[in-house]
Amino acid sequence: MPFPHADGLALLLIALTTLVIGASALHGMRYLRESGAPRRRSLLLWPLLAMLWLALSTLFASAHLVIQYLALEVTALCAVALMLLPGSQASKEAGRRYLLCTLSGSLLILPAVVWLASRHDDLSMAALAQVEVAPLWLAAVTAGLLIKMAAFPLHGWLPPAHAAAWVSVSTVHAALVIKAAFFMAVSLWTTLAPEAVGGAQLLGWLGAAAIIWGSLLAWRQSELKSVVAYSTVAQVGYLLLLFPLLFGTTGEVAALAWQSTWLLVVSHALAKAAMFMATGSLVLAMGRGDLQGLSGVGQRLPLSLLVFGLAAVSLLGLPPSGGFTAKWMLLHAAIIAEQWQWVLVVGLGTLLGAAYIFRVFRYCFIVPENEQEIRVPPVTLDVIALLLALGAMGVGLAAAPVVALIGGAP
Amino acid sequence: MSDNPGLLLATLAASLLVAPVIFLLPERAWLARTAFNLGAALLKLGLVALMVWGVARGENYAFGFTVVEGVSFQLRADPLGIMFAGLSSLLWLFTTLYAIGYLEGSDNRKRFFGFFSLCVASTLGIALAGNLFTFLLFYELLTLSTYPLVVHRGTPKALASGATYLRYTVSGGVLLLIGVVALHALAGEVNFGQREVLADLGPDYHPWLIGIFVLMMVGLGVKAALVPLHGWLPQAMVAPAPVSALLHAVAVVKAGAFGIVRVVYDVYGIAFSFELGLLTGLAIIASFTILYGSLRALAQVDIKRRLAFSTVSQVSYIMLGISLFGPMGTVAGLAHLLHQGLMKVTLFFCAGNYAEELGIHRIDELDGVGRRMPGTSLAFTLGALGMIGIPPLVGFLSKWYLGMGAIQAGMPWVIAVLVASSLLNAAYFLPILYRLWFKPGPLEGVGEWPHEQRLGRLETSGWLLWPALATAAFSLLAGIFAGLPFSPLSWASLIALQEYLP
Repeated sequence: MPFPHADGLALLLIALTTLVIGASALHGMRYLRESGAPRRRSLLLWPLLAMLWLALSTLFASAHLVIQYLALEVTALCAVALMLLPGSQASKEAGRRYLLCTLSGSLLILPAVVWLASRHDDLSMAALAQVEVAPLWLAAVTAGLLIKMAAFPLHGWLPPAHAAAWVSVSTVHAALVIKAAFFMAVSLWTTLAPEAVGGAQLLGWLGAAAIIWGSLLAWRQSELKSVVAYSTVAQVGYLLLLFPLLFGTTGEVAALAWQSTWLLVVSHALAKAAMFMATGSLVLAMGRGDLQGLSGVGQRLPLSLLVFGLAAVSLLGLPPSGGFTAKWMLLHAAIIAEQWQWVLVVGLGTLLGAAYIFRVFRYCFIVPENEQEIRVPPVTLDVIALLLALGAMGVGLAAAPVVALIGGAP
Repeated sequence: MSDNPGLLLATLAASLLVAPVIFLLPERAWLARTAFNLGAALLKLGLVALMVWGVARGENYAFGFTVVEGVSFQLRADPLGIMFAGLSSLLWLFTTLYAIGYLEGSDNRKRFFGFFSLCVASTLGIALAGNLFTFLLFYELLTLSTYPLVVHRGTPKALASGATYLRYTVSGGVLLLIGVVALHALAGEVNFGQREVLADLGPDYHPWLIGIFVLMMVGLGVKAALVPLHGWLPQAMVAPAPVSALLHAVAVVKAGAFGIVRVVYDVYGIAFSFELGLLTGLAIIASFTILYGSLRALAQVDIKRRLAFSTVSQVSYIMLGISLFGPMGTVAGLAHLLHQGLMKVTLFFCAGNYAEELGIHRIDELDGVGRRMPGTSLAFTLGALGMIGIPPLVGFLSKWYLGMGAIQAGMPWVIAVLVASSLLNAAYFLPILYRLWFKPGPLEGVGEWPHEQRLGRLETSGWLLWPALATAAFSLLAGIFAGLPFSPLSWASLIALQEYLP
C-alpha cells in the first residue's frame, strides 16, 4: 500500500518543522548577538533556515520519490552550510566531515533512484506501491539513509557536528534534519517493501544497539554538548524500533507502533531543541562547556537548568511527557506482538538514559569551591526554550489530538 | 468521567502550583515564601478535610480525560485515596513548619522548598489517582522531585546516596512501567475499584497475571523498602531531617506501600489475589522484612540509621496487614499506614532536634538529654512507645488488629512474627529511652554535649519543637479516640467494609 501523503502526518510534521525552525530563528538572533558571533555570518542564518524549512516541508508533503530525494539533498546541503557558519576550525572540520558522510549516503541513494527511474515511468509513491524491488536495492538505499540519520554504527559524524555548530543550528539539526532521512526511510519501506520482515528486524537490532551504545557514550562525555549529541544517537535508535513492530505484525501492533513513533518524533524534536537551547545558555553563562563548570550554576541560572530538566524528562520518557506516552505505546505494541527483546531494550535504554542525564545534574548539586564568574544570559533565550520544553510535556498529556492527526499505520 | 472536579483540581493545584511560585520568588524573599508555602499547606488541608467530609456523606469527586485511545488520566477521591491524601496534607503542614526552622540561614532554601512542595504534590496525585496510568505518572514525579532533596547538601556522601537512590528507584520504576503496560495489553484499562475485570479473564490468563503481579510488586517494593530492595533507604539518611521525616512518613516509602495496597485491593481485588495464591507470598516477604529490619536496627549506633531500619520493618506491617485475607487484616494494614506516618514523623523530628540543638547524632551521646530537652524527649518517648505497641498509643491498635487478622486468616504463625518484632522494637527503643531519662548527662556533670547551640528561648527553636509535639499528640489522640468517626481506625474500618462487601 502506498505511503499516504499530504495527510495528517505530513501536516503535523510541517507544523513541527515550522515551530522548531521559527523558535530557532528567534533564539538564534538573540543568542548570536550575545555570544559575539560576527554579524556578517549571523545574517546568513535566517535565509538558510528559510531554505531548510522549504526543503523539509516539501519532503514531508511530497508523494513522489524524485521530489523526496531532491528535497532530502537540499536539506542536507542547507544543513552543511548552516554548520559551516561559525567559521571556526572545528566547525570547518565537522562540516567537511558531515558533507563527506551525507554525500556518501547520496552516492548510495542516487544510483538506486536512477535505476528505478530507468525501469518505471512513474515514480510517484502511488505507482511505486505496485513495484517490487530487490533486497540489494533496498539495502543500498537504506544504508544511505541510515548515514544521513546518524543511525548506529554510521553515527560518527554527528557528535563533532553538534559540538562545533551554533546552538541554534544544532537544535534544527537534531530535531528535524535527522528525522527527514528517517521519514524517507519509512516512506520507502512501507511503499516498496511491506514484506521485508527480516530486514525490519535487522533495523530493530541496529536501533537497539544505537540505544545502548549512544547512551553509554553519552554517559562518558565530559562536555555538556557532547552528552546531548550522543543522546540524539540513542534517540534515533528508538525510532528504528518502529520497523520490526510495523512489518509482519498484526494491525493493532502496527497502529500502536506507528503512532508511538511519530509521537516520539514530535516530542523528541521539541525536547531536544529545548535542551540544546538550555545548553547554549548554560555554556554561554559559564564561559566553558565542561560538566564540571556546572557546579553551583543552579543557584544563578535556575531557569536554564529547569528547561534542561524538563527536556530531559521527556527524553528519558518519564511522565508526564510526550516521550513517556510514546514509550508507553511502544511497550504496549512490543508486548502484544510478544517481541520481548524490545521491551528489554526500552527498559535498559531508560536506565542508561537516567544514568547520563542525572550525571549532568549531579555536577549541578556540587557546592563550588570558589565562586566562578557567571554571565546571566537574557531571559528571552530561556523563555523560548521553556515553551518548547512545555510543548514536549503537553504532547504527552494531550496526546489524543496528535495521535488522531498521525492516524493509523499505512 | 468528571463529577465535581472543582474541589479535586483545586486541591491538586494548591500543592502543585506552589512549586513554580517558590521557584520564581527570589532567594532572599523569606517572608513571602514562608507565607505562601504555609498558606497553601493550610488551604490544602482545608480542601482535603472538605473532601473527607464529602466522601463520608457519599459524594463523588472525579476528573478525567483521555490521553490516547485506551489510556486515560483519572483523578478520583475514594475513601482509601482520601485517607492517604489526608495524611499527606497534614504532614506537609508540619514538615514545612519544621523545615523552615531547620534550614534557617542555610543556602539554597528556594530550591529545597520548591522541590519539597513538588514532592508533596506528587504524593497527593498518588493518593487521588484513579487508575494505574495516573498513579505511575505521579509515582515517577515523586522519584524525580525527591532526588534534589536527597542530595541537597551537595557533599560527596550526599551525592553518592543520591546515586544509590536513583539506581534503585528508577529501576523499580521501569519494572513497574513494564508491569502496568503488560496489564493494559492483557486486560485494557482497569480503573481502581473495577476488581471484576481481571477476575473475569479466565484461568488461561492466571500465569500471566501472577507474573505481572510479581513484576509490579518488585517495582513498588523498591520504594516500600521490602527486603532485599531496601538498600537505598538507610543511605538516604544523609538528607536533611525534614526530608527524612517526609520520606519515611508519607512520601517515598509510603507511596510504595500505598501502591501495593492499590494493586492488591483495587486492581486485582483481595479475593482474586487470594485465589491466585499471591497473598501468602506477600505475607512471607513482609514478615521477613519486619524481622530483618528490626534486627538491623538493633545493630545501628547512629540515631537516624536506627530509625531508618525501623521504618523498613514498620512499613512492612502495612503489607502484612493487607496480605491477611479478612477484614481485620485490612483494617490493621490501612490504619497502620496512617499510624506509622504519625509516629515516624515525630521520631525524625526529634532526631533532627537533637542534632540541631546539641549536635547529637549517635545513640551513646543521648545520656541525660531528657532534662535538657524535655519536650522533644517526651515526643520521642511517645513515638517510641507507639512503635513498640504500648496501649493506648496508636501502634498498639495496629498490632492488635494485625494479630486478630492473622487468626481470622488462619495464619497463626504471623502472631509469632508480631511478638518477635515487638520484642525487637523494645530492644532497640527502650535503651534509648533509658539513656534519655535515667542516665546522668552533661547537666549532671558527666561529659559534654557534642556541639551545643542555643536556638531559642525554649529548649530549642519553636519551629522545631512544636511540630514534634503536635505530631506526637496526634499519635496519642488517634489511639485514645480510635472509636470516634474520622479517626484513622474507623476510617480504615469503613474501607475494609467496602472491600469485603460482595
